[in-house]
Amino acid sequence: MAAHLSSGRVNLTALREAGRRELREFLDKCAGSKAIVWDEYLTGPFGLIAQYSLLKEHEVEKMFTLKAGRLPPADVKNIIFFVRPRLELMDIIAENVLSEDRVRSPVRDFHILFVPRRSLLCEQRLKDQGVLGSIIHREEYSLDLIPFDGDLLSMESESAFKECYLENDQTSLYHAAKGLMTLQALYGTIPQIFGKGECARHVANMMIRMKREFPGSQNSIFPVFDTLLLLDRNVDLLTPLATQLTYEGLIDEIYGIQNTYVKLPPEKFAPKKQGEGGKELPTEPKKLQLNSAEELYAEIRDKNFNAVGSVLSKKAKIISAAFEERHHAKTVGEIKQFVLQLPHMQAARTSLANHTSIAELIKDITTSEDFFDNLTVEQEFMSGIDTDKTNNYIEDCIAQKHPLIKILRMVCLQSVCNSGLKQKVLDYYKREILQTYGYEHILTLNNLEKAGLLKPQASGRNNYPTIRKTMRLWMDDINEQNPNDISYVYSGYAPLSVRLAQLLARPGWRSIEEVLKMLPGPHFEERQQLPTGLQKKRQHGENRVTLVFFLGGVTYAEIAALRFLSQIEDGGTEYVIATTKLINGTSWIKSLMEKLEPPPF
Amino acid sequence: MNRMKVDEEEYWHSSKFKAFTFDDEDDELSQLKESKRAVNSLRDIVDDDDDDLEKFSWSGEPVGSISWSIKETASSSSGAFEGRDSGLQKGSSAYTTFPKPVSSYSLSSFFKGRHVAFSSTALSETGVKSYAPELRRPKAEYKDYNSDWSPKDTVRRMQKGKICSLERFRSLQDKLLLLDEAVAVHDGNVITAILIFMKRTLKKAILFRELEVRQVALRHLIHFLKEIGEQKLLLDLLRFLDRMEEAALTQYREHLSIQDADKRKEFLKGCVGLPFSSEDAVHVQDHYTLLERQIIIEANDRHLESAGQTEIFRKYPRKASILNMPLVTTLFYSCFYHYTEAEGMFSSPANLKKTFKIPDKQYVLTALAARAKLRAWHDVDALFTTKNWLGYTKKKAPIGFHRVVEILQRNSAPVQVLQEYVRLVEDVDTKLNLATKYKCHDVVVDTYRDLKDRQQLMVYRCKVERGSPEEDKIDGILSSSQIRWKN
Repeated sequence: MAAHLSSGRVNLTALREAGRRELREFLDKCAGSKAIVWDEYLTGPFGLIAQYSLLKEHEVEKMFTLKAGRLPPADVKNIIFFVRPRLELMDIIAENVLSEDRVRSPVRDFHILFVPRRSLLCEQRLKDQGVLGSIIHREEYSLDLIPFDGDLLSMESESAFKECYLENDQTSLYHAAKGLMTLQALYGTIPQIFGKGECARHVANMMIRMKREFPGSQNSIFPVFDTLLLLDRNVDLLTPLATQLTYEGLIDEIYGIQNTYVKLPPEKFAPKKQGEGGKELPTEPKKLQLNSAEELYAEIRDKNFNAVGSVLSKKAKIISAAFEERHHAKTVGEIKQFVLQLPHMQAARTSLANHTSIAELIKDITTSEDFFDNLTVEQEFMSGIDTDKTNNYIEDCIAQKHPLIKILRMVCLQSVCNSGLKQKVLDYYKREILQTYGYEHILTLNNLEKAGLLKPQASGRNNYPTIRKTMRLWMDDINEQNPNDISYVYSGYAPLSVRLAQLLARPGWRSIEEVLKMLPGPHFEERQQLPTGLQKKRQHGENRVTLVFFLGGVTYAEIAALRFLSQIEDGGTEYVIATTKLINGTSWIKSLMEKLEPPPF
Repeated sequence: MNRMKVDEEEYWHSSKFKAFTFDDEDDELSQLKESKRAVNSLRDIVDDDDDDLEKFSWSGEPVGSISWSIKETASSSSGAFEGRDSGLQKGSSAYTTFPKPVSSYSLSSFFKGRHVAFSSTALSETGVKSYAPELRRPKAEYKDYNSDWSPKDTVRRMQKGKICSLERFRSLQDKLLLLDEAVAVHDGNVITAILIFMKRTLKKAILFRELEVRQVALRHLIHFLKEIGEQKLLLDLLRFLDRMEEAALTQYREHLSIQDADKRKEFLKGCVGLPFSSEDAVHVQDHYTLLERQIIIEANDRHLESAGQTEIFRKYPRKASILNMPLVTTLFYSCFYHYTEAEGMFSSPANLKKTFKIPDKQYVLTALAARAKLRAWHDVDALFTTKNWLGYTKKKAPIGFHRVVEILQRNSAPVQVLQEYVRLVEDVDTKLNLATKYKCHDVVVDTYRDLKDRQQLMVYRCKVERGSPEEDKIDGILSSSQIRWKN
């Protein structure tokens, strides 16, 4: 289950184990049989730390989702709420607890585990509701950085971008800094810190301060990471808006990957004959876990989608050939050998069948006229064509009432690629959007403006062309099959964020000072002193390890680009990626939209 | 078994559990209650014969994810999961490299020996700090039960989630020191808690004045007020800060929580004239006017529909009320149910077009979609017919006839109607594409004839049905001697 975490350069199993240990310790505090009442949002992230079996070992007998009203009956001694510190959830807990007391029958003890941390505000709310005294243990579980894969950590904080860049609330940055401290406690002090952006600066400051304030025990762990690179998402607003074109990126764009799981339409996965799963109802979506534990997926996830087909067909041939072997097996020894390999072969076949089906589903969409049109417009914008006038395709999409998020994504992309829209163009789009989708979206448009995604061009200057040329963000000759540059992940566009990481490693940011000044926020470098014994003497040819932390979210395509850089021969640097949230353009824009009340019917 | 009773007695007669408190809450009663509860739960550990508390297997657990288990355990007993846990996997070797915490205190190890010698530090020490030595703090810092904490200590305690009494901080200066300390550690949780305290104990004017020079704290207060919905104070604050546009938007946002259409309309009326940006001001005004119209139209149409005298409503009953729909949807509705009404009527398309300055393009698109849906081809025709001053008629479409064709096709217009508009598409390639796609044979044939393209015509002849009028037509053209074919 956790094998994929130890496959990378840095063994992230240790982080997962630390999380499991903390969970066990908490569960053991509440002695006796237990039922857990889950804030549904948390089940996904927790699933990456622990399975049900671990909870069961610690006497968790029942699990429910948090709902208003009375708790379901369960003959247990403890009821434990696993919740995010949110006021509305406190109200539900209060209701649960109060209606419980009326039933009286078996006395049950209540506890709350706050994730990722306790909140005084929430406890005050519980007190106001008169139930604080009934809660025995109130603890926090600092699930700051959750290991997703061998080279990937996420805080899964969905509102981090909004809080940081819209509301200027730094709480999630505080958690990021805390997560980094935990990471340093496990993997050693990171000697070099680089950063770009206001939030990056804040996190670095907090880390330095925390280190100064807790000098208690010297960290005597040999540092695993050489460098930490902190990047603000608002330094590169462009990348998440573009449609990701890697295999994993497209799966996320189309179906949405949640905590490494994806739900797919079941039709293509119907068991052909007597499948192992028995009779599967074709109405239930097919749920698959996607991570590097699956050999085939690890191989294709980061490829451009156009290169996936050939890999799949090659694999199909290899597997068929392997199954053919059985005809050549003559001696008992040979047959035995074959039988021993069978489970592995069968797993490979299932994996191949799944990914062939997913690729078919995606192909249906990528070959559609609308996908093509949309992509054409995106690529025009990113390469700097016609970004200063209203776009016909966007206009058509509004007239046909395509989903609002799609419209916003395109308009924002145009705005970012033009360093803001001409006032006339902006006003036109705004009016069209409000008249077609409803005036209440004034609020959403304002949020996008505050976040810098949709704005009027200040002083008529467009910096994007300079940035694009200097950082080679648009590459005309790309090789999707055997890429030689990160631009393959968007079939031409090289993500700005990843270029920053690439240029930092070689030749250094000094070469792009001018452009760095055009991007928002300060850039900086800090050094953390190491005791002499721990200073690294690098072996000749040994790669450096850089942790890139995206504050405000990262896309799968950017991850793919960084993995590509890790794998380049003589690249010299391997990357581990951390983020506040895994995002795509749609989920990102959605997080910035004003939550509108559902229509009354 | 009357567990409560026994434990209660034991609590009152013994003092050995006294140190076991989770919070130093001012509220004494709740503190006692908590301790009592804690004791109850502790007894179970002490009496428990289970030696396996420390046991954990580093197993793979391939199946049985948490979200999956919730459904399962909620419905059935937990026994079903046995056997799903598979044996040890690779990860176990990784575990050995994991740095052991210096003090692996766990509750069970404390109680096995019946030592009750733990202070409150022991409990707070477990948790993240136990494996993050850098975060651990020297024991000396725990000067518990000392009620005279400095602002710094208070903030530290609050950071650890302990509820502290802030009432000691009486003077404004003390309160501000406390706040500044919290801001310095960037802990939003603590900042907010202190702000709540200050909000409760300070005059509004003073609070606002002090926060104006403390931007971080100010943002937290604004966020907090939004969260708990203290609209009035929030608006006061924004106005005090002279952030008028933000205040206007904040006020406007409130309309979303008003369900009743009339009340919502009145509320929006109050928003008109607020200091929005100039563009937004127009939109808010339009929003109000639109809802006002919708209320009139809705009342009228509901009446008409229930009376059952109007054919259009009988034939096409309304699927939903028009209240709170976007402008374009309203226009569609109006083009569908009230197309022929005079401009003087609020419900007429012409009136909407004029009131909201709907651009021609938008208007034509919407009207076309509505009339096509009703299969009112005459109206569609009229939409694109213009008369010049000599009385000649001419076809014109501000949206381009290819779009007209697409919309008509989506509303399954018959070929006769469709081809009339395909014919009007200007670009020849587009015209041929559309004509071929929608089987407007006449248009295809005529176009090839006009292009004098004999070869394409012959190719197309194979595509039409044998013995059909189209085939006859093609044959007629091909045999004509009047045309000078280019190939």
